[in-house]
Amino acid sequence: MNAYNFAYLDEQTKRMIRRALLKGLAIPGYQVPFASREMPMPYGWGTGGVQVSAAVLTPEDTFKVIDQGADDTTNAVSIRTFFQRTAGVATTTVTHDATVIQTRHRIPEEALGEGQILVYQVPIPEPLRFLEPRESETRKMHSLEEYGLMHVKLYEDISRHGHIATSYAYPVKVEGRYVMDPSPIPKFDNPKLGDMAAIQLFGAGREQRIYALPPYTQVVSLDFEDHPFEATKADHPCGMCGAQDSYLDELIIDDAGGRMFVCSDTDYCEARQAAGHKGKDAA
Amino acid sequence: MTPLLSVQGMTKRYGAHIGCADVSFDLYPGEVMGIVGESGSGKSTLLNCMAGHLRPDAGQVVFDTRTDGPRDTVTMSEPERRMLGRTDWAFVHQHARDGLRMGVSAGGNVGERLMAVGERHYGDIRDKATDWLGRVEIDAARIDDRPTTFSGGMQQRLQIARNLVTGPRLVFMDEPTGGLDVSVQARLLDLLRGLVRDMGLSAIIVTHDLAVVRLLADRLMVMKNGRVVEAGLTDQVLDDPQHAYSQLLVSSVLQV
Amino acid sequence: MIELTNVSKTFTLHNQGSAVIEVINDVSFAVAAGECVALTGASGAGKSTLMRMIYGNYLTQAGQIRIGDIDLVQAEPRQVIAVRREVLGYVSQFLRVVPRVPTLDVVAEPLRTLGVSAEMSQARAKALLGQLNIPERLWSLSPTTFSGGEQQRVNIARGFAHAYPAMLLDEPTASLDAKNREVVLSLIEEAKARGAAIIGIFHDEAARDRVCDREIDVSRFTPKVAA
Repeated sequence: MNAYNFAYLDEQTKRMIRRALLKGLAIPGYQVPFASREMPMPYGWGTGGVQVSAAVLTPEDTFKVIDQGADDTTNAVSIRTFFQRTAGVATTTVTHDATVIQTRHRIPEEALGEGQILVYQVPIPEPLRFLEPRESETRKMHSLEEYGLMHVKLYEDISRHGHIATSYAYPVKVEGRYVMDPSPIPKFDNPKLGDMAAIQLFGAGREQRIYALPPYTQVVSLDFEDHPFEATKADHPCGMCGAQDSYLDELIIDDAGGRMFVCSDTDYCEARQAAGHKGKDAA
Repeated sequence: MTPLLSVQGMTKRYGAHIGCADVSFDLYPGEVMGIVGESGSGKSTLLNCMAGHLRPDAGQVVFDTRTDGPRDTVTMSEPERRMLGRTDWAFVHQHARDGLRMGVSAGGNVGERLMAVGERHYGDIRDKATDWLGRVEIDAARIDDRPTTFSGGMQQRLQIARNLVTGPRLVFMDEPTGGLDVSVQARLLDLLRGLVRDMGLSAIIVTHDLAVVRLLADRLMVMKNGRVVEAGLTDQVLDDPQHAYSQLLVSSVLQV
Repeated sequence: MIELTNVSKTFTLHNQGSAVIEVINDVSFAVAAGECVALTGASGAGKSTLMRMIYGNYLTQAGQIRIGDIDLVQAEPRQVIAVRREVLGYVSQFLRVVPRVPTLDVVAEPLRTLGVSAEMSQARAKALLGQLNIPERLWSLSPTTFSGGEQQRVNIARGFAHAYPAMLLDEPTASLDAKNREVVLSLIEEAKARGAAIIGIFHDEAARDRVCDREIDVSRFTPKVAA
């Protein structure tokens, strides 16, 4: 424990990241460049999220990590263990007990409250990147609010699939100003981004960008008048807890095409089962 | 009558080398002007300065805007200039790939400018894209195909549709028929003539092809070493050139 | 309607030792509405050159050429174009068109640029092409592939599509058979009757005598060139 500074990063680095975070919170949705550090894990494993978590963690915090909603995947376990060892903070899998939650690809089902911080791992922070490869040009487009291109992407979706087929990393507009990539969360989670009581921080390690949504920020998913945004999910109840309104993972359970749908948010599902809810596939 | 575009003292230097020097002219609504000259004569530099792609060292480009009347586009703010570039101005590049998004369908390419000015109804955008593909003689069935699957002539026509969909008043064209087969060129020229006439467009066309300006342009400017050596009515400049260089240029064309 | 005052022209050949050739010297004459004037003179006397100057196709160095109330020598290009669109028609000896454009559209174009509807323009074009005996099966084809006589008739149809108040005709009856020559001459007579001022070049003396009210010998204005 004494071999590391609290929460792994040195204080100067944390200070630099906190400044970027404050700027991000002051300009919701704006991508703030920061000097991303080498972390003891490969890019793509959440280096951006880990640096943000390290910069905001205090010894009194309770830390939770989810990966696609689950607390028990390799990535979640290793990041949780990393901060247990380098910060000595308490950890939990219970959403409402956590003060800092680092996430990859999900927002917890349970509504977050004031005093909580949600830290997203972001692979590609630039929502315009796939259509405009030049960074100089995308920066200019953001600064001049030229967002027609974003709708071209959605147009292409409809022309090809008959509906907006983008199902994750669905672009949003923040406070009527910046178009933002919400990280690869399912679009089912998009409505939770807006008006959230918790602070939302986004870290992209490889791309060296930080952005943020302060509490109760207006976040609108882009759409067309005749093809409005829809938060979709698999049309099934959870097989384990019977929940009708949660985001589901599809599991293949045998070689005969058998499958079941279960909540991707493991904590939510377990809490419901503990409270006596039972799905059709529960043992 | 107020000129649609009034260019005054346009000058651009590249270090000691002159890009274009002290070019002035007025373009009136509905006029098509050709700029000819050999490679390096400064015609493309001039075009890019006027269209706001290059910053001139001196001079004004006064455009008669819809809302505020004549404004110098060189000194207006970049957002305003870029807005002009999406609405009242259009730019047709020599190479379609510079003016198209090759990874986006034909319909998306045409629709982009509509979406950029705030259209948010998919059905309407698609209807307008379909209409414009028809006007540039592209089969509506190709609306969802990417331009990479199009021939050179089709790509160029798609670029024109993409540019004209928002009803611009001024079109800049840089060698619009360059690199196309002669038969494809003829079709494109005919199309451009019809569009210019029916939409009442003003256009500035840079080319080294005198046949193109004879068919499309009302007026002609001949450039050499960054300066305008002769200007006038297109057929007068071509049939009775006054300046030594214009005479050389006209007499150098192979007759067929 | 058409009025030339002290008009002169020189060609300067910069690429041939800057030779200066005087071609027209101090021409003055006027053509009234409803009048047809023939330009005469030997080949090379400058008839076509003078006609091209009146059309604004050749630059005039000195003098005035007034069409209605516009002096084409001083006019801006857009004014010249407006005069050509509305007032001054020109039937040249050669047809110059965009390849692949159908004959019907070639003939209708002068009316289209005046803002006449496509239907009315085409109706007029069809009437003229019919009158000039261009077979209907050719109307949808480009005239670039036509014979010389057919091209000439398409050119005439195009030139007469709009009822110009002033017209320039360069050899309108050349290479036409008797039947079509008659059609063209009656077109000219109709134009005169409605009050068009016409300047023409006719090698066909019989035609000239029939439609022209007077002749102007251009060689009078051509300086003797020292060879």
